[in-house]
Amino acid sequence: MNAFSVAAFNSGLTLATPEIFLGLAGCGILLLDLLIGDERRHWTAALSIAALLITAVLAAGVEVSGPVTALGGMFLVDAMSQALKVVALVIVAVVFVYSIEYMRHRGILKGEYFVLGLFATLGILVLISAASLVTVYLGLELLSLCLYAMVAFDRDSGRAAESAIKFFVLGSLASGTLLYGMSIIYGVTGSLELGTIAAAVQGGLATNIGLLFGIAFLIVAIGFKFGAVPFHMWIPDVYEGSPTCVTLFVGSAPKIAAFALAMRLLVDGLGGAHVDWGQMLVVLSVLSMAVGNVVAIAQTNLKRMLGYSTISHVGYILLGILAGTSQGYQSAMFYTITYVIVAAGSFGMILLLSRHGFEADRIEDFKGLNARSPWFAGMMAIFMFSLAGLPPFIGFWAKLGVIQAVLGINAVWLAVVAVLFSVVGAFYYLRVVKMMYFDEPVDAARIDGSPLMRAVLSANALLVLLLGIAPGALLVVCAHALP
Amino acid sequence: MLDQYLPILIFMGLAAVLGLALFTIGWFAGPRRPDAQKLSPYECGFEAFEDARMRFDVRYYLVAIIFVVFDLEIAFFFPWAVSLRETGTFGLLAMLVFALLLVVALVYDYRKGALEWD
Amino acid sequence: MITLTEVLTLSGLLFSIAVAGVFLNRKNVILLLMCIELMLLAVNFNFVAFSRFLGDINGQIFVFFILTVAAAEAAIGLAILVVLFRERRSIDVEDLDSLQG
Repeated sequence: MNAFSVAAFNSGLTLATPEIFLGLAGCGILLLDLLIGDERRHWTAALSIAALLITAVLAAGVEVSGPVTALGGMFLVDAMSQALKVVALVIVAVVFVYSIEYMRHRGILKGEYFVLGLFATLGILVLISAASLVTVYLGLELLSLCLYAMVAFDRDSGRAAESAIKFFVLGSLASGTLLYGMSIIYGVTGSLELGTIAAAVQGGLATNIGLLFGIAFLIVAIGFKFGAVPFHMWIPDVYEGSPTCVTLFVGSAPKIAAFALAMRLLVDGLGGAHVDWGQMLVVLSVLSMAVGNVVAIAQTNLKRMLGYSTISHVGYILLGILAGTSQGYQSAMFYTITYVIVAAGSFGMILLLSRHGFEADRIEDFKGLNARSPWFAGMMAIFMFSLAGLPPFIGFWAKLGVIQAVLGINAVWLAVVAVLFSVVGAFYYLRVVKMMYFDEPVDAARIDGSPLMRAVLSANALLVLLLGIAPGALLVVCAHALP
Repeated sequence: MLDQYLPILIFMGLAAVLGLALFTIGWFAGPRRPDAQKLSPYECGFEAFEDARMRFDVRYYLVAIIFVVFDLEIAFFFPWAVSLRETGTFGLLAMLVFALLLVVALVYDYRKGALEWD
Repeated sequence: MITLTEVLTLSGLLFSIAVAGVFLNRKNVILLLMCIELMLLAVNFNFVAFSRFLGDINGQIFVFFILTVAAAEAAIGLAILVVLFRERRSIDVEDLDSLQG
């Protein structure tokens, strides 16, 4: 630990401008929300979205050449952290836009949703920029605690409360496991800073049995936060039980946080012990791809199906990380970012179709969508094709990237398994597309939704289409972030 | 050696005098109109002798939740207080930021009515 | 003189008891909250022990943060529990079965 100096600390604060701004904005909006009446609650939403976008501009504007640690070795800014922060902030802003109408229809348009969302986003940012076990833990907990509260925030829904308590108990269990692993790694390496830990591991600790023990605990926690099999039990229940606007939140930005958690702990801190954690991730990855894709076929609830779909996609993200090469990390980052964009769009479609007293969360509710609105049926088809990984959609390039990464380390059998399960997985996405185009509509209500939401949702789908045709720019960003 | 404890002796003496003084003033100056509620051991709505496994009013949980959070923040004030000489203005400002964040939470609790019993 | 091994054994035992408690408990959600709390305290024990034997203060600072977060976690857990109880009039683990598939 370097000696603490006030001047160095203060100069480090400029690197954390986005986080500080978001924290202050969150507090300000919380107080402001107390003063306005329920009929003007959309102001809270508008201010929150503005705060997120300003933070994104600030995050993009922080100038660094190469990785810089600050704030007494707690905080790290590098190319990866900047790219991930901007994506996370923009995605959360989009999530808020999608949520407003849904909450208004159900009388749950409350400021708390937005404030909790802002603080959860702050947790994601802190986690992305973590350079010490303390910041990793605090960022993760800020995110998790806000998510528990968000899942339960519709106080009249018993299902939401039940899924919240399951989420809470399992999530706390994972946090405890993470901490136990951290404490052992602290004991073995003698430091909480990821840089020092990495140096100690490189210096011959890689085969230490205590370290191995600690890593096993960390893997359990990372598997849980990602929702990888066998630590996936919470995902389907939370996705189905929470209000759809919360499912949308839980299903999008926190995946970026989980990716950052894995990268910071496993690569930045324990990169020297890749042999150990790589093998553990192989198990999680294969199980996730298998269970996620197979169980999703049997689902009738679209939210639950997308939950199992998340589990299977997590398997592919882990595939990139376990490769342990910079090609693998880049492909995992590419996969995470594209998945989050597509997932936000798919849940956005459920929110668009839902209306007062109707959730639109069963797969049948999408029957004959083409007859009702060819434009939005097309959008949904883009999302589904992309999730299925059909060329030339974005999901195809993402899957191709991680499969190339495992081929790069000569794990041919892993690549074969990945291809096999993506073929199985294509079935249930295509079933939704078939229902939209070839079945008779059971529900003839007009599709409304605010013009803003329709515009953003269309832009989201067109972005997916555009990235699929020209994935080069995003690939360059990922290559620049993880050289 | 022993004279180091002299301030503590003085402190205890003062505490005893002050306590006795307040008690005496209250005894002589205060009005005394006892009723059944006032004479019960705990003036908080609980019977003193009851089954220990009775159900608690859900409002107690709300108070407990607020208490737990604010109570633990005190843990940060102790190390800050003993090291204030070394940390100086920087430490003071840092703690001010921390305390302000707590005030935000308190204002929120207050405005939401979480601090009111009914 | 207490050795590091002894302290680690104790905290390991506490941690195992807590984890077993979460999985074996079939009665009451409050007990789950207590098990989670015990788990975090076992971890704190670990950190303090390592901090003491490594001669490095950072571990103890981490304990402060863990304590605070544990309090916030308990608060949120209790709040969710209150919402659940209002809806279901029950906090039995066995009644948490409406979401399946």
